[in-house]
Amino acid sequence: MPPVLDIRNLSKQFSTFTAVDDISFQIEEGSFFSILGPSGCGKTTLLRMIAGFLAPSSGTIAIRGRDMASVPPNRRPVNLVFQNLALFPMMNVRDNIAFGLKRQGLTSSEIRKKVEAMLERVHLAGYGTKDISQLSGGQKQRVAIARSLVLEPSLLLLDEPLGALDLKLREQMKIELKKLQADVGTTFMYITHDQSEALVMSDRVAVMNHGRFEQIDSPANLYRNPASRFVAGFVGETNALPVRLTSNEPLTVQTEFGLEMEAVAGGELDGKLELFIRPEAIILNPAEELKHINRFRLKVRNILFDGSNTKFLAGIEGIEAELELTVALPQNEQFAHIRQGDVISAGVHRDSCRCYRRGES
Amino acid sequence: MMKQHLRLGLLIFLTPVLLWLVLLIVVPHIELLLMSLRGRDDFGEDIWTFYHYRTFFTEEIYWYTFARTAVYAVTVTLFTFLVTFPVAFYITKVVSPRFSGFLTILLLMPFWVSELVRVYGWMILLRESGVINHLLVSIGIINTPIEMLYNDVTMLMGLVYTSMLFMVVPLISSLEGMDDSMIEAAHDLGASPATIFFTIIIPYAAPGITSGAIVVFMLALGNYLTPTLMGGKNSLWFTEQIYNEFIASFNWNQGAAFGFLLLLLSSMLIWTGLKISRQELGRALS
Repeated sequence: MPPVLDIRNLSKQFSTFTAVDDISFQIEEGSFFSILGPSGCGKTTLLRMIAGFLAPSSGTIAIRGRDMASVPPNRRPVNLVFQNLALFPMMNVRDNIAFGLKRQGLTSSEIRKKVEAMLERVHLAGYGTKDISQLSGGQKQRVAIARSLVLEPSLLLLDEPLGALDLKLREQMKIELKKLQADVGTTFMYITHDQSEALVMSDRVAVMNHGRFEQIDSPANLYRNPASRFVAGFVGETNALPVRLTSNEPLTVQTEFGLEMEAVAGGELDGKLELFIRPEAIILNPAEELKHINRFRLKVRNILFDGSNTKFLAGIEGIEAELELTVALPQNEQFAHIRQGDVISAGVHRDSCRCYRRGES
Repeated sequence: MMKQHLRLGLLIFLTPVLLWLVLLIVVPHIELLLMSLRGRDDFGEDIWTFYHYRTFFTEEIYWYTFARTAVYAVTVTLFTFLVTFPVAFYITKVVSPRFSGFLTILLLMPFWVSELVRVYGWMILLRESGVINHLLVSIGIINTPIEMLYNDVTMLMGLVYTSMLFMVVPLISSLEGMDDSMIEAAHDLGASPATIFFTIIIPYAAPGITSGAIVVFMLALGNYLTPTLMGGKNSLWFTEQIYNEFIASFNWNQGAAFGFLLLLLSSMLIWTGLKISRQELGRALS
């Protein structure tokens, strides 16, 4: 059985600017696939090509094995949830959801049955006769998704649909969307610049930059084993230190302020290098007997209290550099006594120090 | 203290409006209403009578003229919509936003000139010795000049031209508020371009269409200049009828009755139109 979406060597050129640069990938049936990238990386262009609103400059898009080159948007088995939702304000909730079904020429009793079932599914039962303007942000969101989902598309495209919601609601909708996807089993392709959205919801995430995919992987792998410097810096919080190579076997690097550290390579190493350390990888008061630990002493400069997500900013003791490390505090309150100005011994395991070539991007 | 200040302010700002309404609209209309109900009996005595209203229905020519005027006004409204909608759509949705303002100004420019001048402009173009006839004869398409003025088609065209502005402005403002992604969303959900037009664009622009249509209809119905100058002897407009009663026949009572009938019948037509299109007056004019 062919994959739901099969994209080969897809490119899109806007006069001199290449928005999408020779991308190939597949999406498997029933998965939640995200494309994560900063704004302007070409992810929306890619999405609009799949939906049919833009013609590719080269390459092919096949959905369930069928080439989409000559198929207009209204005949493609994909549906798009727009960034601004694009609900029809002159229709009520029911007519919005029924819009696509009417175009398919279903009988009115079938339409009513499907719409009611879909309203139930997105927890909006009884809202059918409400006007769009009467709904809250989260409810509009669900209507927009229901409107597309009711057509049972092969692939549902979502273009940052949570962007307009406030933080609390966004957290809630993230979980709801993931549950909904598992529930209906439709393949979702989700576009976002918010790494937390991509990591929480997806089965697989493609990290996109400058029109190319840097890495396609599971969220956990993306976080633990970033394939490139861009992925390491973009996905999750991290400390980046400029370093230079001192020894290859074992791999040892030296920071600008003279600290020698053992590290692992995250790709080919030459020229200027950069070392990435996650805030939670820094161990406070590491036991003496642990091996392969890069040890240093930290001077606490600022405490960033944020409940379970509390961190502190620290400099290396004895070094007057601007450099600051972000360190996550363990949640067990073991270090709740730390105050500004404290000096504390710290260490990072060799495997948590990932070294990348310092590129332009 | 504060409240008194507010009341005084309100009074100051409201007075000109109230004076305008009362002195120029309400008082003359009451006067006209009374006048239309006055008449003379067989002995030459002044009495109250519906005679002038009855005349409208018994004399065929009057209500025939009125029906003709109403039908033509509706036709003008329809044609104005058909002509201006593509223009408004092009300005708001097709052309880049940088040019849309420029194009709007270009569209409004002719309306800085008075209606009279614009109608004379058409006459210069269309009359027997006019520009178009001269061109056609000199090219050799026709041998003798044709009289293009003074018929119903020319008059309708003139009315559409003078009313365009009042349709295109509300259309542009209502289409401007429409998000382009709504059109894309409909397309994505399986709608063909024709379906998008009739189920998304027209319903969305409906308030603008309604307010434009009301204004154009009223203006066409009450227009005097264009039908008089461009219409022929046979294309009688109801406003001309009223004018004739007042000025030519000097029958002010009859003219007043006609004026009131025009007001009443046009209001009824608009009300019917709103009912048919399921629009609300308040929403359309807001």
